[in-house]
Amino acid sequence: MKNLTTGALIAGSTMLSPFAAYAETEVQFWHAFTGRLGELVAAQVEDFNASQDDFTVVASHKGNYSETLNAGIAAFRAGEQPQILMVFEVGTATMMSAEGAVRSVTEVMEASGADFDPDAYISAVNGYYTSTDGEMLSLPFNASTPVLWVNRNAFEAAGVDPDTDLSTWQNVGDVLTKLQDGGSTCPLTTAWQSWIHLENFSAYHDVPFATQDNGFAGVDTELAFNGPAQVAHISAMGEWAQDGKFFYAGRRNEGGANFRAGECALFTESSAGYAGIKAEAEFDFDVRPLPYWEGVGNSPQNTIIGGASLWVMEGHEAAEYEGAAQFLAYLSSSDVQAQWHQDTGYLPITTAAADATRAAGFYEANLGTEVAVIQMTTNEPTANSKGLRLGSFDQIRGIIDEELESVWVGDKDAQSALDTAVERGNQLLRRFEQANQ
Amino acid sequence: MEKRVTFKGWLLPLCLIAPQVLVTAVFFFYPAGQAIWQSLFIPDPFGLSMQYVGLGNFEYLLSDPYYRASFLTTAIFSTLVTLASMIPALFLAVVADRLIKGAGVYRTMLIWPYAVAPAIAGVLWLFMFNTRVGVVSWYLGNLGYDWNHVLNGGEAMGLVVVASAWGRISYNFLFFFAALQSIPKSVIEAAAIDGARFWRRFWTIVLPLLSPTTFFLLVVNVVYAFFETFGVIHTITSGGPQQSTTILVYKVFSDGFVGQDLGSSAAQSVILLFVVGALTIFQFKFIERRVHY
Repeated sequence: MKNLTTGALIAGSTMLSPFAAYAETEVQFWHAFTGRLGELVAAQVEDFNASQDDFTVVASHKGNYSETLNAGIAAFRAGEQPQILMVFEVGTATMMSAEGAVRSVTEVMEASGADFDPDAYISAVNGYYTSTDGEMLSLPFNASTPVLWVNRNAFEAAGVDPDTDLSTWQNVGDVLTKLQDGGSTCPLTTAWQSWIHLENFSAYHDVPFATQDNGFAGVDTELAFNGPAQVAHISAMGEWAQDGKFFYAGRRNEGGANFRAGECALFTESSAGYAGIKAEAEFDFDVRPLPYWEGVGNSPQNTIIGGASLWVMEGHEAAEYEGAAQFLAYLSSSDVQAQWHQDTGYLPITTAAADATRAAGFYEANLGTEVAVIQMTTNEPTANSKGLRLGSFDQIRGIIDEELESVWVGDKDAQSALDTAVERGNQLLRRFEQANQ
Repeated sequence: MEKRVTFKGWLLPLCLIAPQVLVTAVFFFYPAGQAIWQSLFIPDPFGLSMQYVGLGNFEYLLSDPYYRASFLTTAIFSTLVTLASMIPALFLAVVADRLIKGAGVYRTMLIWPYAVAPAIAGVLWLFMFNTRVGVVSWYLGNLGYDWNHVLNGGEAMGLVVVASAWGRISYNFLFFFAALQSIPKSVIEAAAIDGARFWRRFWTIVLPLLSPTTFFLLVVNVVYAFFETFGVIHTITSGGPQQSTTILVYKVFSDGFVGQDLGSSAAQSVILLFVVGALTIFQFKFIERRVHY
């Protein structure tokens, strides 16, 4: 009986991982990608495994971003955590405060002796995942930033020149009126309202989203996105929603379906929307920088990123950390990065990868793909535009979504909606602070 | 007269109830005890540390006007789901009971929706009512009605109620139909000979004889609406717009498994435990009195 069980186990494990017998050390990598992105990740892993004989990276898909984070947390509690876990930017503060559960990338890289130069990374991307004293906590993997997508055909159909200057919200406001007068039923829509119209808005105008450098300087941070700049913007958006110029499709990227179907003229969405829009849109489209309000704050500063980073978890053997370090170094290498950037529309994480992409003529061949890179990197990030580091941020986004919906539908004015969101969000921040004392 | 069977010793009866007690202890008392224990702490997600806060989690919840509002939302939602799943089921069962030909096919077709998981049912309904590409919203648009459950709380509530009740109609139909079949034909025929028409027979004979089944379904459906509908809500509205479809159990799920706030989530499940306990006691104490077995 015992022999039978052992035999079955050996047979089972051989079937699951054919390479286990040859490679020395296995490195588990849990990610959240499916579809095209899943294939690209699988190709990267395969390429890395083929490139050397000491380590085998085993990639596993664990569901969407929230589910992957939960799987990692549950596994840690059970002592079964992977070496590398993909965590979306919203979970950054949760991971950071989990001292004893995660090991910083700087530490892992330095211990391994793998090629590692912190200055090679683009600071606007990397800054989100770097501590205030310059330690790189996790490796940015897929990073994007919001841009303005333009349906040129919809502009022409409404009799508006598609080359109109759309760099400021003042101009966009006039254009929305013209589009509506020209018969457009959906002049503007958006994805990820909190990320684009509050988080990025604040960074872009160099006004605080939260105190304590948006949470970078400490967990005793309080939300501050009910300032005059944000209120004015949400107020204008609310008026556009009431007038039928701004069409609200949902909390996530539901608006993308309407834009890709050609119904909407303008769409604020991540630069990583590129692959989908390019594949589906049967109209001419443009990518423009995210608009800003002329004369408000220090606009345009830089926008911040969304996406995910790779965290190295505690509780493993030295050899496994060595393997993790090699894999992270491989992912940061400029060829791999440049290819990833060109395939997906995600930002390159190193200056070298951006330069390689430019040198290969990719930006000239695919107009607009460079907008996001320029928008992120033209200005050195300030305390307000380095990123956000807030606990319970997934829930705070939920609160913001709820309160913004009350503005779009006309139940509340922008000031009182944002005041309520700040007040409710602060309660969550205090709980987070208490849990992580 | 009730029949009572008595055992001579203690061993046999203990052995007979042991499996049930064991199952209840492992799958109910242990997790419920854990929830009560955890509700006194604010733990960090990784289980690295815990802060004892006493009743702090409960104070925090009950002082939150949005949490208090979700009690009302839950009450409205549960009532609507229970009614919307029981009344059509009863109607269909009565109609099916009178069928002579093709009853088997009709019955099988009606049971199908029960095989669809709630989350999938949610996605199906979401497709039909999608504000831009949905078939139903397109027809409504042609009739001059602008359907938008993404921003209209009432419409969102209606949609999650229908999506939750839909699969449940099959389940209720099955019970009602079986109960109708077991009503002796002689009773109904006697009433018919006395000159009672269909509706009169239904109100005075059929419905009272169905009362044990109706009561059972009432309890089961309320529990369903309270606990098993979060898949539908998660896929259709995620609790929005604003908080108009955030029912208690959805908040337990989203705070615990999305927001990682395990202390608050545990406290909410303790509150929910008491609410459903009280509700069940109420149902057995006051409604069961009107049931004739």
